[in-house]
Amino acid sequence: MAGREGRSIPRHPLWVRLTHWISTGAFLALVVSGFAILLALPRLFWGETGANAAPAWIVLPLPVNLEQTGWGRNLHFLAAWIFVLNGALYLLLALVSGHLLRRLAPDGDQLRPRHVAADIRAHLHLKGPGVASRYNVLQKLAYLGVILVLGPVMLLSGLTMSPGVTAAYPELFTLFGGRQSARTIHFLAAALFVGFLLIHIWQVLANGPLDLMRGMITGRAARAKSGPIQAREDVR
Amino acid sequence: MSDLTRRRLVLGSSALGLGGVLGSALGSCELIENGGPRRSGLYGLSDTLTLATQRFLLRDQPLVREFGPEAISAVFPTINTTDPDDPAYRRSKAAGFSDWRLPVSGLVERPAAFTLAELRAMPARTQVTLHACEQGWSAIGGWTGVPLSHVLASVGLKREARFIVIRSVDGWWDTYDLFDALHPQTILAYGMNGGDLPVAHGAPVRLRVERQLGYKSLKYLASIEATDRVDGLGQGRGSMVSELGFSWYAGI
Repeated sequence: MAGREGRSIPRHPLWVRLTHWISTGAFLALVVSGFAILLALPRLFWGETGANAAPAWIVLPLPVNLEQTGWGRNLHFLAAWIFVLNGALYLLLALVSGHLLRRLAPDGDQLRPRHVAADIRAHLHLKGPGVASRYNVLQKLAYLGVILVLGPVMLLSGLTMSPGVTAAYPELFTLFGGRQSARTIHFLAAALFVGFLLIHIWQVLANGPLDLMRGMITGRAARAKSGPIQAREDVR
Repeated sequence: MSDLTRRRLVLGSSALGLGGVLGSALGSCELIENGGPRRSGLYGLSDTLTLATQRFLLRDQPLVREFGPEAISAVFPTINTTDPDDPAYRRSKAAGFSDWRLPVSGLVERPAAFTLAELRAMPARTQVTLHACEQGWSAIGGWTGVPLSHVLASVGLKREARFIVIRSVDGWWDTYDLFDALHPQTILAYGMNGGDLPVAHGAPVRLRVERQLGYKSLKYLASIEATDRVDGLGQGRGSMVSELGFSWYAGI
């Protein structure tokens, strides 16, 4: 179908599209099942120990429900395997293909303070990118932050809650400052992850959602965006 | 660890192949080959991946962290059964568990039934460890007891034994392969935090399996049995909680 469309250009290679949607499905399953597990102890602690009867750092305004961990844990770990293996494949391909450096790493000019400030202003004024030949710098930093920081923090803090993994790697307790600290960081990182997802979806909706969705599904998209177009100094 | 133990552990870990992983996700995964617990569907696949990965990570049988007594938690929740209403148990409790016996049977050379005094007379191990519950809470407790490996050695575990079935007074039952059953920190605990094991924590004797979540550390032990396969027990899923939908292997 893309081939018949004379005015479309390649946007995302197949491996990006596949790993994008697999991680989308796995992430939604992780959020739903993680929430179910959280309900058994909707309190957050620092250090090694914590319980419903123990003093907490934060008591989340959620009902305690002990009956949801069975399916919650099953789905969480199945989805975690898919998310982690898929994420590792993505990272490998992104490194090997040069995708990470070419498309996600900010270019030299994008890191100049003046450019960053202009980009922040454009975001605050909700100005769309218009016809962009590359991701803007805040977008790139958000992607890199999720891929290189938030993802690994989620994985490692999750593994710090595993009595089996920590028997092999007790250093994980040192890294996060204890099992309950790891659980708290796992929750905070998940909240940031959900925040990223909400902004990501909002940005898609605000900048020509049909064409962007087409690009991430078929791999090809029209050159011009259907959203509001702002001429930008960095457009080439 | 004896050579026999080491050989069994090596055999135990190599028996965990990718067979289960490669087996059809629509069929049933055998978490451990030749008679191990089974689980069907995609969760059987992810459980098998988790078990195989953790067995690789734990192949050198590391110990979990142990703390000093000062780390013992003020709050250590008690959940599920906290005072069994079984009449025989109540009588035994009233008698200070003096008539309590722990039968060890199955694939052993010399089946026996140990009294609490006999278990206390065996070499003891005290470990202050972090207990992690699948509900998310964790607490540090000090446990004193006899290593399960010592009890099994004293009755002469037969070569063909591969699993240990443990049953509780309250009807809970679970199974362990020798990889976990013979681990030095897997103990039959009769003491907690320097005193006798309280009833709410499983008196007179509970199991401690430190590299797995709390639900594998059964309370109120009633019997121990060595066997060569567990797929014929109950629904073939390896434990009571597996039949309620939880994973047989609780290393995560």
